[in-house]
Amino acid sequence: MSSVNAGLEGQIRKAISEKSDPPQLSAIGTNVGAIMSSWPSDKGLYLELKRLAAFIEQTKSEIAALRPDEVKLAFLPKATDELDAIVKSTAEATNRIMDAAEVVTSVADGVAPEASSKLMDAVTSIYEACSFQDITGQRITKVVSTLKIIETRIDQMIFSASGADAAVPVPTLDAYAPDSVCDADLLNGPALPGQGRSQAEIDALLGF
Amino acid sequence: MSVDTTMNVLIVDDYATMLRIVRNLLKQIGFSNVDEASDGGQALQMMKLKKYGLVISDWNMEPMTGIQLLREVRGDDSLRETPFIMVTAESKTENVVEAKKAGVSNYIVKPFNSDTLKGKIAGVLGQF
Repeated sequence: MSSVNAGLEGQIRKAISEKSDPPQLSAIGTNVGAIMSSWPSDKGLYLELKRLAAFIEQTKSEIAALRPDEVKLAFLPKATDELDAIVKSTAEATNRIMDAAEVVTSVADGVAPEASSKLMDAVTSIYEACSFQDITGQRITKVVSTLKIIETRIDQMIFSASGADAAVPVPTLDAYAPDSVCDADLLNGPALPGQGRSQAEIDALLGF
Repeated sequence: MSVDTTMNVLIVDDYATMLRIVRNLLKQIGFSNVDEASDGGQALQMMKLKKYGLVISDWNMEPMTGIQLLREVRGDDSLRETPFIMVTAESKTENVVEAKKAGVSNYIVKPFNSDTLKGKIAGVLGQF
């Protein structure tokens, strides 16, 4: 039994120290099963380990029932494609709106000054409103990035439940949350309401 | 001193729609000599070939970002005096601090309106 314990402990220590591949559920199950069979005299521990083994088996079954491979191979790519289509269609619509606004601008040059001024004010409002496409595009890019992180998590889950012998590199959260601030950390895109600075606050920060 | 609206202006953004919007707003303000670049690298090359009186740049672009472009401009003896306005959706304090450290002339957060753009240009170049 001591060699079984040492094997399990070794896997756990390795996983903790390397912060990489988690112990395989199947390996843990095997080790727990071995402990159970070799230590039948301690009833309390035996029952506890039996419950643990059953829990691991149940977790494996639940992960399999979730069909994570289907989520990774079908649902996530489809969601990404749909988001790309949104960006494309809003860009096309925005360009059509701006085409029309530019026509109005050219017409405004040839009308009475008062009417021209009103038309130009309206066109300016249209241009300002069209910048929504840039903002929504950046927000959608952030969502796609999040989907990619979910995809790597699913890879990790599939690996943990697979019982495969070969170690597969599993990205860690560190890859997305580095300790030190660098240029990449400053690329956050549009902030949610209440999370970014207003123009007035930025002006105050800059002292302009 | 009033702004010379005949000066060359370079706008830098990876969103074609945004380039078009800023170009049109600048045209309404009075600027007619406006060139476009889709990232910092292209902008830097253009700035080495032609003198610009004002650069209006986005931050989030690839491969060269707006903040990298700003550092390159401020580090180049022949370009360092070029007024540089950052127009970006990045509105966190650390972004503003970093831009100030790099020598930004002014900072506009998206979405913005024509009055804000005109006001910030006036703040950098002088009144219209």
